[in-house]
Amino acid sequence: MQIIDIGMAGTLESSDVVIKIEKNPNKGIEIYLKSSVENQFGLQIRKVIQDTLAKLGISDVIVDVNDKGALDCTIEARVKTAVHRAAHNTEYRWGDR
Amino acid sequence: MRPYQKYSGAGKAKNRQRLKERQVCQNRNKIVDNLEKVILEAGLKDGMTISFHHHFRNGDYVVNMVLDAVAKLGIKDLVLVPSSLTDIHAPIIEHIKNGVVRRIESSGIRGTLAAAISDGLMDIPVIIRSHGGRARAISCGEIHIDVAFLGVPSCDAYGNANGYSRENVAASACGSLGYAKVDAQYADHVVLITDNLIEYPNVPFGIPQSQVHYIVKVDKIGDPNGIMSGATRFTKNPRDLLIARHAADVIEASGYFEDGFSMQTGSGGASLATTRFLKDKMIAKNIRAGFALGGITGQIVSLHEEGLIRKLLDVQSFDLKAVESLKNNRYHYQIDASYYANPDNEGSAVNQLDIVVLSALEIDLDFNVNVITGSDGVIRGASGGHSDTAAGASVTVVVAPLIRGRMPTILDKVNTIVTPGHTVDILVTDQGIAVNPLREDLAYNLKAAKLPVSSIEELKAKADRVVGKPEPIKVEDKIVGIVNYRDGSVIDVIRQVKKER
Repeated sequence: MQIIDIGMAGTLESSDVVIKIEKNPNKGIEIYLKSSVENQFGLQIRKVIQDTLAKLGISDVIVDVNDKGALDCTIEARVKTAVHRAAHNTEYRWGDR
Repeated sequence: MRPYQKYSGAGKAKNRQRLKERQVCQNRNKIVDNLEKVILEAGLKDGMTISFHHHFRNGDYVVNMVLDAVAKLGIKDLVLVPSSLTDIHAPIIEHIKNGVVRRIESSGIRGTLAAAISDGLMDIPVIIRSHGGRARAISCGEIHIDVAFLGVPSCDAYGNANGYSRENVAASACGSLGYAKVDAQYADHVVLITDNLIEYPNVPFGIPQSQVHYIVKVDKIGDPNGIMSGATRFTKNPRDLLIARHAADVIEASGYFEDGFSMQTGSGGASLATTRFLKDKMIAKNIRAGFALGGITGQIVSLHEEGLIRKLLDVQSFDLKAVESLKNNRYHYQIDASYYANPDNEGSAVNQLDIVVLSALEIDLDFNVNVITGSDGVIRGASGGHSDTAAGASVTVVVAPLIRGRMPTILDKVNTIVTPGHTVDILVTDQGIAVNPLREDLAYNLKAAKLPVSSIEELKAKADRVVGKPEPIKVEDKIVGIVNYRDGSVIDVIRQVKKER
């Protein structure tokens, strides 16, 4: 997938997370994290985002994260959706892990 | 011994001139013009200790009003010993920075003031006490109050004061003056601040004239909207309701749900909602409670008025319905904090409690409970009567959701111990019940009733599978708070939270 636009997913509800993805040519993955549980889960949240991007084969993006205590599965889902939107891709293969 | 001698000096013999004046002026009078004047008359000096009550909760004007006047007079280094502090007391931050306030002892601290203190604002750590622990400390002299500044919703010119009035609708009504009564009894100087002067004598009174030195009339002592909600509402949160339903089942099966039992419910949605489910069980089994204790709510009052709870002992009234009931119901009785929970007197009401339902921010595998610091380690709550009632009650039920947002409620170790685990008997969550291994009797009773009992370790594992494992909070060496247990011993300390990233 090629990132061609800004992609967003998620809400600011409690237990959700807003993910914003934009391209970052040749500069790797940069994560800007704001979280209500940053002190306790900051590292874990970054890890989930990194792993999800790796699975999608995405490498050069800026990720803006505004987290309200989302679980790992929620973060993963929001990242995937934001990437698909940023890539204007509508061929989802949700079943693939 | 000395023989009787007729004495006609001032104040000891009848003085016709003064008697006539008194009749003209209505009442013998302790009223002083304004706050600055009363502060000087009471002899407030640098380094002294002043106290307040928190019956006006988040509508309190008194603390800020008095501290502003004190600051204007240039008095410094004061020790503040309010019964508790809330969001509205944020201006204290400036008084700490300006050197007006040197030290604080309180049941709780909230809002920006709490965050600033957690961030190392003060040189000397805050001392956190329970309501019973504060009453004990004041009555044994561990806390010596030089001047108590007590806001009172009704008062006559001679100092009979109460948290409501039978003469009029007190604008700042707060119901019971339970915490203030202890201060009035023991402080060297007692200053009442009121916005509602009543003709002498203001009966019934919570604070008697015999304990009062000065009275100041001001325009407003509080904001009614902050002091009172109309009635503490039933929570609509389905998870809280589920927890409450479980808690009522636990109480029913505990072995203590018998005619004449006594109960207290702490603040918090699930804890308050337990009353609703308990009511149905009381009617179904034809069981009436002997008394309810503590912070009294409209829900407890409803049960009282329906004849399901015979008597109410009220140290703090939580809503307007409770205030009205204290005013009108004969068996709704105002008690002071020492009567309520002092561990050192000849008998406090918490020791008569059968069942108490309490909330928790965190609980650990040893059943220790934290209600003072949030999951980020920052001070945000209050000790209140938590440890007092837990120690006194036969069955202490702690209600909490298993997970809040992403934070698990059960930890290996709580960040701050307020209530020690050996006084906590049962944890009720939305996803199961755990019984303290010290209470085999209760575990037996609950299992016999086929309730979903598991070990606290199993409940913790359930939560951890969903949220993952939080990293421990990183702290600095600086101690910002000392948590006293109700007997005056130090049970834990609160350290400044490390700021990073």
